[in-house]
Amino acid sequence: MTIYELQEQIIEEFAQFGDWMERYEYLIEMGRELPPFDETHRIPDFLIEGCQSKVWLYPSFDDGVITFEADSDALITRGIVALLVKVFSGRTPDEILGTDLYFIDRIGLKENLSPTRSNGLLAMIKQMRLYALAYKSKAEQS
Amino acid sequence: MPLAKSIEAIRADFPILATTVHGKPLVYLDNGATTQKPLQVIRTLDELYRTANANVHRGVHRLSDLVSDRYEAARETVRAFINAPKREEVIFTANTTASINAVAFSFGERFVGEGDEIIISGMEHHANIVPWQMLCERKGSKLRVIPFSDEGVLDLDAYRTMINGRTRIVAVTHVSNVLGTVNPVKEIVSEAHRHGIPVLVDGAQSVQHGTVDVTDIGCDFYVFSGHKVYGPNGIGVLYGREKLLNEMPPYQGGGDMVANVTFEKTTYNVLPFKFEAGTANFTGAIGMASALDYLTGLGREAVAEREQALLAQATAGLSAIDGMRIYGTAPHKVSVVSFLPGKIHQYDAGMILDKMGIAVRTGTHCAQPLMERYGISGNIRASIAFYNTEEEIEALVNGVRKATEMLA
Repeated sequence: MTIYELQEQIIEEFAQFGDWMERYEYLIEMGRELPPFDETHRIPDFLIEGCQSKVWLYPSFDDGVITFEADSDALITRGIVALLVKVFSGRTPDEILGTDLYFIDRIGLKENLSPTRSNGLLAMIKQMRLYALAYKSKAEQS
Repeated sequence: MPLAKSIEAIRADFPILATTVHGKPLVYLDNGATTQKPLQVIRTLDELYRTANANVHRGVHRLSDLVSDRYEAARETVRAFINAPKREEVIFTANTTASINAVAFSFGERFVGEGDEIIISGMEHHANIVPWQMLCERKGSKLRVIPFSDEGVLDLDAYRTMINGRTRIVAVTHVSNVLGTVNPVKEIVSEAHRHGIPVLVDGAQSVQHGTVDVTDIGCDFYVFSGHKVYGPNGIGVLYGREKLLNEMPPYQGGGDMVANVTFEKTTYNVLPFKFEAGTANFTGAIGMASALDYLTGLGREAVAEREQALLAQATAGLSAIDGMRIYGTAPHKVSVVSFLPGKIHQYDAGMILDKMGIAVRTGTHCAQPLMERYGISGNIRASIAFYNTEEEIEALVNGVRKATEMLA
């Protein structure tokens, strides 16, 4: 599935929810289903510190694609980062760098994108793109 | 003592309380961060800009005179509100933070040197920590911190042993913004005064919850913000003892604070103007005075009494939730309740409560050392004002219960 198709699928899923409560419940569920985070990666290097909750993001690059593992100490944030992992993990750097993440706006999470909310969503996306950029230039050099 | 108005009439004074959030009626329980403004304050500001706007203390013209008189009348209102001995001892600043920085800088320049000590408490807001740390860095002096118990009560024995010949000032909060504890500032002051040491009391969280009398407390400095006492933001108060203020150098130079300026030498104006450089926030001061008049009109003891009843309801309701931890159980508290249900992250709970229209604060509340003391990354704080209702407290308790179920 392309990133585009995946975004459409997420938007469709969220459209079925009646209210914010169901949306949050879904995010909480997504957060719970996120695979356990490797404790050796729970170090400051992989911490994206938002004002309100902590997010860890660990990238690895193999066979031209990036795999992300992530965690958060808050459940809803964990759900949000799980969504990002779902969209970005297993993609090439070019796919990650060239994609407009319009689904965030469409599923009612836009308020979480405001920099003043400081919950790290913006920082998470930025960090994922930075990793993509780094792996891309590394790949081009070798 | 009953309030001078019914709760319905009081709520009608605060138009914002009738708004909705995410389609739900607003339940505003973040009064410790800032309070809402009554129509009386809003109208004062509106009327001021329409009829009396001019710069203060300057022109000989009519409008300037008018607004200067009202600015000075506001100073008198503040003086009376905290029962300060003299009008000249009331200095207008931008907010509590600005007031503390002013003292830390000016008092520090004059009285604090290398090896000297400053005492604060472990339950201070960052605003009453960082300015003193900056002073310590400048002067090579040392910060001492009064510890407190799990309940949130300061250890006064430890405080007594901390005072020594190098102590230059004690700076403590009257009320903890997280724990709600009302500290025994009168006792703290008298202990310091026995050793000739001045005391600054941070009144940001106390002045809005009943009567505050700086003469009775005996403190040398008392500071608070207008926006936390139902007034506009951008205005704050620094009360200081005349003798000390006269000995302290100005911390900002500019217009209004000078008597005579030549390129060789400038002499400073008298109190309070010596500490009010530049165009004063006269609209803020006059607006704040109308907020203080409003509170006085309602009855400050009645306000405190109502808030205590709502605090008791909130504490009982929240405590009944499984796994609830309340931070701050001192015998003498204002209407602030900080809590965490079970292992739930404050941010998750705050986001869910927000969708229910309930405004609480989540995080460290600008008191990171306090959170560290309890070994938590933050908590949820409901801070209650007299305009809150029993139904709103019930909505909070139900909301927290619902959030807890969702997140469990």
